[in-house]
Amino acid sequence: MKNLLLVAYLDIKESLRSKWFYVYAIVFGGLMALFFVTGVSDSVVMGFTGLSRLLLVFIQVTIIILPIFILITTVKSISGDRESNVLEYMLSFPISLTHYYWGKMLGRFLTVFLPVIFALILGVAFGIAKGGNLPWAMISLYSALLFAMCFVFLGIAFFVSTLVKSSDIAVGSSFMIWIILLAFIDIALIGLMLQGRVSDGLIISIALTNPIEVFRIGAISLFDPELTVIGPVAYYLLDTLGAKLLMFYSIFYPIILGIFFSFMGYIAFKKKDLL
Amino acid sequence: MFVNVKNVTKKFLGVNVLDDVSFDINLGGRIAMMGPNGAGKTTLIRAILGFYHIDEGKIEVNGFDPIKDRVKVLPNISFIPQLPPPIKISLEEMISFITKSANISREMIFEESNKMDLNLKKNLHKQFFKLSGGMKQKLLIAIALSKKSSLLVFDEPTANLDPKAREHFYKLLEKLDEDCSTLFITHRLDEIKGLVNRQIYMDLGKVIEDEKI
Ligand SMILES: Nc1ncnc2c1ncn2[C@@H]1O[C@H](COP(=O)(O)OP(=O)(O)OP(=O)(O)O)[C@@H](O)[C@H]1O
Ligand SMILES: [Mg+2]
Repeated sequence: MKNLLLVAYLDIKESLRSKWFYVYAIVFGGLMALFFVTGVSDSVVMGFTGLSRLLLVFIQVTIIILPIFILITTVKSISGDRESNVLEYMLSFPISLTHYYWGKMLGRFLTVFLPVIFALILGVAFGIAKGGNLPWAMISLYSALLFAMCFVFLGIAFFVSTLVKSSDIAVGSSFMIWIILLAFIDIALIGLMLQGRVSDGLIISIALTNPIEVFRIGAISLFDPELTVIGPVAYYLLDTLGAKLLMFYSIFYPIILGIFFSFMGYIAFKKKDLL
Repeated sequence: MFVNVKNVTKKFLGVNVLDDVSFDINLGGRIAMMGPNGAGKTTLIRAILGFYHIDEGKIEVNGFDPIKDRVKVLPNISFIPQLPPPIKISLEEMISFITKSANISREMIFEESNKMDLNLKKNLHKQFFKLSGGMKQKLLIAIALSKKSSLLVFDEPTANLDPKAREHFYKLLEKLDEDCSTLFITHRLDEIKGLVNRQIYMDLGKVIEDEKI
């Protein structure tokens, strides 16, 4: 356990020194701060009457940036360590692979999630300064959704980087995964829907296995409980799942998926050649 | 016997990079391992250190399996890689990782660095990869020597060292414990002739020659 924390600590230290972290912190942290500042303070001042255009844009940008950022930086750093023989040297010390793997995972997670937390604090501070009651439930649910999305993509990134040895191929695969989840699944499903041979329920169920889609629906439902922006699908979702269950699913499904992928990565890390 | 490698075969992409290799390292054995580029020397070392799952055969270090029992095997082995890796943490952090994971004392590392003419104090807050090639190698050597191991594995450790540092290094090796074994991969046998008592020649994944000198 001591070694696990040590690995996590060193990983955080390393990230804090790298340029990508600052780009990420500024772009994403800034975005998040704006999100909370406008979103939270708006809701304090006028109460939520529906999803403002701006919030919708923020959610969309988060959906695009967060996964690719987590995937690329994580995969690059892990397979980079392997290719440059850093991993070989560090693992020539008697640290258990379990501690090393989960320590890295913990370190990565904290670096990725840290800017989110800061932005959150910033938003809340701003809301308090403006006065009024903060929508705590909304704030914590949105954070939970972000947490879940960070976690699932971190899990996928660890899985890819233990499975694929070369960093070029690992980065390429991450990019493919991202673009498939972001766009291709939707396009394919729309195609199926247009053909009309498959039931809508099935298509929506397939869409709900995609963590990006799950985040999108979860986030939108926070601000727009009727889900008016996503159209007719909303009726189906709210009818079959109900708002509560939908939120529950949007938070826990990605977390479970993340745990699954990180465990698969862990098994590959132990069972395959380390270098 | 400390290391026992028995009929080991390791394939990469269907090619036998290690082909039915057998050899032992006894306590106090001083081995020079030679062979052309791509002979499989680094692969063999990595298998002994538990980085590779071998396809056939068996490796034991001190009676333990280097993969299943890496936590018991690795405290007894010091390893210096072929090239110093570009580690991006500071020396201070690196030393803290090493002292905590491997039970090496911090004082020892400072002492050995001194002997290698490396001013550790002055560079503690520098990132490892920003040191000069020779300084990196000196630190890795200092760490390896301060870890009181039964086996020192060197994959051509002197490539980056200036002649004076090289001499220092060989001097330190002369002072090693009687019981300590060393496995030296080198392309320049003449330099370490006085330090070894056995030479192994590898080619195409096989041990071709293994003789006392
Ligand atoms: N991870 C790997 N994947 C595929 N092939 C590999 C891998 N590692 C080594 N090889 C191949 O195995 C062979 C032996 O490599 P190795 O690094 O053991 O040689 P070496 O004897 O250390 O050579 P050198 O003197 O150049 O350091 C080479 O042909 C190399 O291309
Ligand atoms: Mg080699």
